[in-house]
Amino acid sequence: MKNLRFLFWAYTFIWIVLAFYLVTLSVRLRSLSAQIRRLKNRLSPDPDSGKPSRSRS
Amino acid sequence: METVLRRLETVCFSLVAGLVVVCLHRVFLGVPTEVTMGVVQRIFYFHVPSAWVCFLAFFVVFASSILYLWTRKSVWDTLAHASAELGVVFCTIVLITGPIWARPVWGTWWTWEARLTTTLILYLVYVAYLVLRGQTENRDQEARFAAVLGIVGFLDVPIIYFSVKVWRGHHPIVFKTGGGQGLDPVMLHTFMLCMVTFTLLFALLLIQRFRLGLLREELQELREQEQILGA
Repeated sequence: MKNLRFLFWAYTFIWIVLAFYLVTLSVRLRSLSAQIRRLKNRLSPDPDSGKPSRSRS
Repeated sequence: METVLRRLETVCFSLVAGLVVVCLHRVFLGVPTEVTMGVVQRIFYFHVPSAWVCFLAFFVVFASSILYLWTRKSVWDTLAHASAELGVVFCTIVLITGPIWARPVWGTWWTWEARLTTTLILYLVYVAYLVLRGQTENRDQEARFAAVLGIVGFLDVPIIYFSVKVWRGHHPIVFKTGGGQGLDPVMLHTFMLCMVTFTLLFALLLIQRFRLGLLREELQELREQEQILGA
């Protein structure tokens, strides 16, 4: 089993690159969804006045 | 569109999860060891599909950029941006795993051989493409510049493909076993399975990254709406 360490490092790097990308993608997706939800809440019309709600929740 | 993308994502995820396990099993336990290169040849079951997906991603950038310049619909620009990011990710894998294979086989991590050099150029072009995004305030101007770079950058792909033949580089024909000319059927099946798996992985990631682009646009619209209402 000569050169087994090269095989090990190659597959390790592949998984590191893919895992890192998946994590960053997932974080960005979650962060954007949360921002959109917050903005939608802020822009949704106030049931009393009919104007957009200005709450910072 | 959101619902369709989510369904496609679920289907792709299930397929990729299953196929990755099968691929790893076959790569490490199923295929025979190549006679001249030994165990390091097994790197190529993921290295070559990564290269294929990298070219596929840049082709999507190329086609989407043409469609953007033609129609001026932002959805094509979003798709091109998403695919360029994925192309760079898979090209990174190619450029890391290639030298790891080269060290024990060629005795060097890197050589300025035609295929390697042109692949590095391709990588740098699309890294520049990603850096270009977000550099200007004008969204339309940014999309136009990126589209032109996305199209021009893809011209390197056929050069990479034919570089081994044209410049007689020593980038190998990877699969050879038992001293015969043909490819061992088990190796061929495993290789094809890895190609399919990586293509599906690309589809899965592209859907997710495309959704991210759509969410960014939605956020931008909401911010503009908020500014108008706030004014």
